[in-house]
Amino acid sequence: MSALIERLWEIGPVMVDGTPHANAIGMKFVAVDKGRATLSLPYNTALIGDPRSRVLAGGAVTTLLDQACGLAAMAGFDALGPIATLSLRIDYQRAATPGETVIAEAICYKTTRNVAFIRAVAHDGNEEDPVATAQACFMVTGKQYKVSGDTDSKDEAPAS
Amino acid sequence: MKQRQAEDLIASIPYAQMLGIEARVMGDDFLLVLPYLATNIGNPTLPALHGGAVGGFMEVCAMAEIRRHNIDLPFSKPIGVNIDYLRRGKPVETFARAEIVKEGARVANVRVRAWQESFDKPIAALSGHFLLPKKPTDNVSEQKKS
Repeated sequence: MSALIERLWEIGPVMVDGTPHANAIGMKFVAVDKGRATLSLPYNTALIGDPRSRVLAGGAVTTLLDQACGLAAMAGFDALGPIATLSLRIDYQRAATPGETVIAEAICYKTTRNVAFIRAVAHDGNEEDPVATAQACFMVTGKQYKVSGDTDSKDEAPAS
Repeated sequence: MKQRQAEDLIASIPYAQMLGIEARVMGDDFLLVLPYLATNIGNPTLPALHGGAVGGFMEVCAMAEIRRHNIDLPFSKPIGVNIDYLRRGKPVETFARAEIVKEGARVANVRVRAWQESFDKPIAALSGHFLLPKKPTDNVSEQKKS
């Protein structure tokens, strides 16, 4: 396991818990790997979007997918640093089943110097039957630093 | 739609309550307000609002805009939304207004703009398709083919 991924496993749960809005809706860290991230959102009546059907609001799934895509983007770059969502496209295949936890799995399939391209799937147990699919672009917004221990690093973290 | 009806409409959505959304009706104009809440922050160091909170806010705005013209019908359902993040969402109140570009028999195309200090400086924009609830008068077989 590379030092970057090891570091991401340390900061992944902290990043979710330390993001006030992710925390407020009850999002949970599940897993991270090179260019990949998995998060979950347990069912919560405070997130209902349609009181008649008791289905989670689209916005709650949007937030879960945004966060999962962000973590996958961070895990997709060779160095750690601040990023921001540029665009997010979500297609809702069906309503999330009331009572079920929604799981979001994101894959960063390409990074350039400043931009990461990610696709993600949200499902409630069966990947083959997605609740929503997403496509996102994230951009680097600040200085990135290499995680020490990664031997393939060309430039070292700044001394400051 | 009266101010009171708009407030009741938003109050009926638990998710909108969680975000802290408020409705404002001024004559024909309808907009939603997302007051600054610490729980809507995505990046505490910048700080910036969570992209998901802003996206969810705009989705609620689109669905409320569709619903206000058909107050007796259920909410529409999002089919697909495209969100562009244009500026950092500062920790201040955010506004959103929706425009229905096209409302067909089954699908509405809606655009939403979210802004903070200035309407001319949007922080995010949403464009999406929403599946409309069936109207009681709908009779597909009798609909004119166009």
